[in-house]
Amino acid sequence: MMPKKSYVQAVINGESREFLCEPRQTLLEVLREELGLTGAKEGCGDGNCGACVVIQDGRLVCSCLELAVESAGTEITTVEGVAGRQELHPLQQCFLEDAALQCGICTPGFLVSAKALLDKNPDPSEPEIRLWLANNLCRCTGYDKIVRAVEHAAERMRQEA
Amino acid sequence: MTHKPDSYEHNMVLAQKQFRVLGTRPIRHDGVDKVTGRALYGADIDLSGLIHGAILRSPHAHARIVSIDTSAAEAMEGVLAVVTAADLGDSGDKMIDLGEGEQNLSFLRGNVLASGKALYKGHAVAGVAAASLHVAQEAVKRIRVEWEPLPAVTTTQQAMADGAPVLHDGLRTKELGKETDQTGNVAAHFRYDKGSPDEGFAQADVIVERSFDTATVHQGYIEPQNATALWNNDGRLQIWTSTQGSFVVRDTTAAILDIPVSQVKVTPMEIGGGFGGKIPVYLEPVAALLSKKTGRPVKLVMSRQDVFEATGPTPGSHIRVKMGATNDGRIVAAEAWMAYEAGAYPESFVVPGAMCVFACYDIDNIRVDGFDVVVNKPSTAAYRAPGATNAAFAAESVVDEIAEKLGVDPLDLRLKNAAKEGTRRADGVKFPRIGLVEVLEAMKAHPHYQTPLEGPHRGRGVAVGFWFNVGLESSCSISVNSDGTISLVEGSTDIGGTRTSIAMQAAEVLGISAEEVRPSVADTDSVGYTSVTGGSRVTFATGWAAHNAAQDVVAQMKERAAILWGVDAGAVEFADGTFRSGDNSLAFKELAKKLSETGGPVTGRATVHPKGVGGSFAGNIVDVEVDPETAKTKILRFTAFQDAGKAIHPSYVEGQMQGGSVQGIGWGLNEEYFMTDQGVMANSTLLDYRMPTALDLPMIDTCIIEVANPGHPFGVRGVGEASIVPPPGALANAIHNATGVRMSRLPMSPPRLMEAIWALESNPIAAD
Ligand code: FES
Ligand code: FES
Repeated sequence: MMPKKSYVQAVINGESREFLCEPRQTLLEVLREELGLTGAKEGCGDGNCGACVVIQDGRLVCSCLELAVESAGTEITTVEGVAGRQELHPLQQCFLEDAALQCGICTPGFLVSAKALLDKNPDPSEPEIRLWLANNLCRCTGYDKIVRAVEHAAERMRQEA
Repeated sequence: MTHKPDSYEHNMVLAQKQFRVLGTRPIRHDGVDKVTGRALYGADIDLSGLIHGAILRSPHAHARIVSIDTSAAEAMEGVLAVVTAADLGDSGDKMIDLGEGEQNLSFLRGNVLASGKALYKGHAVAGVAAASLHVAQEAVKRIRVEWEPLPAVTTTQQAMADGAPVLHDGLRTKELGKETDQTGNVAAHFRYDKGSPDEGFAQADVIVERSFDTATVHQGYIEPQNATALWNNDGRLQIWTSTQGSFVVRDTTAAILDIPVSQVKVTPMEIGGGFGGKIPVYLEPVAALLSKKTGRPVKLVMSRQDVFEATGPTPGSHIRVKMGATNDGRIVAAEAWMAYEAGAYPESFVVPGAMCVFACYDIDNIRVDGFDVVVNKPSTAAYRAPGATNAAFAAESVVDEIAEKLGVDPLDLRLKNAAKEGTRRADGVKFPRIGLVEVLEAMKAHPHYQTPLEGPHRGRGVAVGFWFNVGLESSCSISVNSDGTISLVEGSTDIGGTRTSIAMQAAEVLGISAEEVRPSVADTDSVGYTSVTGGSRVTFATGWAAHNAAQDVVAQMKERAAILWGVDAGAVEFADGTFRSGDNSLAFKELAKKLSETGGPVTGRATVHPKGVGGSFAGNIVDVEVDPETAKTKILRFTAFQDAGKAIHPSYVEGQMQGGSVQGIGWGLNEEYFMTDQGVMANSTLLDYRMPTALDLPMIDTCIIEVANPGHPFGVRGVGEASIVPPPGALANAIHNATGVRMSRLPMSPPRLMEAIWALESNPIAAD
C-alpha cells in the first residue's frame, strides 16, 4: 500500500520540525492540529481574513492557502515566534498599551503582518500601514488603535535601533 | 488626505475625576496571552481521544425532507456516528430565556437540526463524527436526502403578500398582544401609541414621510462558531465553546436535550467576537449527541460559509417613517410602520427597533406599528443594539430632511426636541437621567463641527441613536490573598477587555491597583449564574457585582481589624485603602497578611440583578466625498460621541465606539446579503461580503461624554452597542449634502448611489 502521508521538514520559529501530513492538509491545519501551534487562527479558510498569516522565507503567506507539503525546506515564523524569550516584541507591547485588541482573534495575524511590514519598512506612513494591513480583517476595533500601535512600535524600534 | 487627531487626550468632556483607578488605562490582564498566541479560543481545544464532526446543510431555502438515508455515510471507514433530528427527539415546548430575549424551545430545537422541512439554505440536517475532519466532511456528502423543494420568500414584502408560501403551518399571528387564528408568516403585529398622531400632524407646518429598506447584514465576527462536547460515562455532559453566555448555552442545551441543567457544565473558551451572534446555540447539542453515540469528545467548527448561511444575520427591514414639525422647530407628531425579517423562526428584534425609533426625541404624539415576519433566511440573532440601527437610519434621515425644510441647523433641531429625564417613550417607559443633550452639545462644540467642510462632492452629516442597557443577573466572588492582592472570579465571557473593567471596579473599592486584581472567567460549575455578555451589560452589571463583592470583603475585614484592635467592628472605618479605628490603622495589604491569625481566609461574594437602568446615546459627525464617476463614498473624517456615564477604562470605551462605528459604516455603505431568486446567498465569503478593511477608513475620532447613570454605584452606562446605531443615518445625511440625493436603501453602495444620482440628474423634481 502507498503511504498516505508525506514526510516534511521545515524550520518553524527557529526550530527544525519534522512532521507527517496528508497531501490535502493545509499548512494552517498542520500548524494547529499536528504541531500544537494554535496561535494562527482560521477565520475563513480561503485567504480573505488574514488571521492565519505566517512569514515564510521573508514573505507573508496565508497558511490556509498553502499545502503543508509545500512548506518543506522553508523557514516559517508564526505568532508564537514573535516574542523573545523574556521580552515581548515592541509590536506586542504596543498592541497591549494601545488597546489594539478587543476579542484578540485577529491579533496573531495583525502582529505577524505588521512584523513583516516593519522588517521591510521601519518608518511606514499611515496610508502605507493601512494598505499593508488591508489583508487582515478585524471586526472589533475599527483599526484605529491597531494603526496607532503599529506606528508606536515602529517609533520605539527606530529609537532602540 | 483624511483627518487624523493627534491623541485621545482632549476627547473626554464632563469627566468625573474623583476616582483613583477608574478612568485610567491599565494593560488588560489577559493581554500577554492574546499577543503571544497562547490564549485558547474554542477551536484551539484538544482533548484526549478527540474526534471531529461535520454538518450536512440544506441546499434549498425551503424544502420538505421526504427521507434521509445515512447508511452510506455510516459505512465509510473512520465514521463513528451520524445524527439527525430523529436523535434529538421532542423535548416539548416552552419559552427559553436567552438573556436578551425569549425563544420558543421547539423553534430552537428545529434550528439546531431540521425536522420535516428545511427553512433556509444552510439549515442543519445531520451531523457526522469521524476520526478525522476530512473523513467527516466526505461522509456528509454521502448522506442521501430526498428533497421536495418549495417556493421561498426572502423579504417581508414577499412573506406578507397574499398567498405567500408559508414557513410554519402552525404559526398564528399575535395581534396587538392577543392570540388569533390568522395563519401566514407574520408572527406578531404590535403597536405603541402615545397621544394623538392625527391631532399632532394637524398642527404641523412641515410633514415628511419616507419609506426605507435595509439589507440583511451579518455580525461578521472573525472566529467561526465552534463547540466541543464530551458526554462522559457518568452521564455528565461537558461543553467547551466560544459563547457570549455560558449559562445560556448550558440552559438551552439542557432544554433541547431534555436533561437537567445540573448534568451540563459549560467551559467558556476565549471568544473571537460575537456582537450578539454568539448567544444562540447551534452546534452544542449536535456535538453532545455525537459524543453520546461515540463515547468520545467531539469537536465541531463552522466554515465561514456556514457562519454566513446558518448563523444569525441581523434582520433586513422595510420601514415607513412620517414626522411633522411646526415652523418654530418643534416635532409634534411621528409615525412609523416597521416590518423586520425574523429569518426562519419568529423574533426579529422589531420590538427593540420600535422602542428605539423615536427614542431620541421628546414627541407628544406617536404611533409605531411593528411586524415580526418569518422568511426563508437564517434565524436572525442579536447584532449590537439589535433593531435600533435599521430604525435610526429611517428616523434620522427624516429628521434631517425636516431640518433642511425648516432651514435650521440639524443639531439645533435635535437639541430642541431631545429626549431628557422624564421624557416618556412611545413604549411607555419614562427616561431616568440620560445624556442626549450633553452628547448633542458636545457635537456642536467639537472642532469637527466647527470646522467648515470645503470642496466639491463633499458633504457632512450628523445623526444620533439610542440603545438600552439591560441589567440581568451577574455573580462575582473575591478571595483575598496573603500578599494583599485579590483573585476575582466572574462569569461574563470577555470579548473586549471586561476582565479588566470589572477588576478595576473591585480595585477602586479596595484601594488597590488594577494589577493587584487577578480576574478570571469561570465555568458554569465554578461561579454563580451570570447572564449573557450582551445588552451592554458586563462592565455595568458584572462590574456592579464586583463592586458589591469588594464591599463584602471590606465588611469582613473590618471585623478582622476589630479583633486585632479589640474594638467593635462598627468602630472600624475604611477609606482610601486603609482600615482605621482611633489611633489604629492598617492598609488593606497589611491586614491581608493577618487573616490567618484572625480567623482564616476571607472571601467576598455578591450577586446582582439591576433594574431601571439608564441607557446610552451616541452621535456621529461624518464628512464624505462621493466620487462623481463611480459613486464610491470615501469617509474623510469621522467623530463618534457617546455618553459612557463613567468610562471605567477609556481605551476600551473608545474601542467600543470605534468598532461599533465601523460596523455601522459597513452596514451603511457596503454590506448586504445578495439573495438569488432561489433564496441562496450569492456572496457567502469574506471577499464578496466585503466588510470594511483598514484601507477603507480614516481614524475614528472619539469623544466620551460622562453623565453619571444614577442606577450604578460608579455611574457607569453600558457602552457596547449604541455606537453602531447612528452611522448609516449620518452617512445618508452626509451623502445627501454631497450629492443632493436622499438614499432610502441600505447599503448605499456605489451601484445604488450611482442609480440614485442618475435618477436625480434626469428628473430633479420627481426624485424629491
Ligand atoms: S483563514 Fe487564512 S485568510 Fe482567513
Ligand atoms: S479584536 Fe476582535 S477581530 Fe480584531
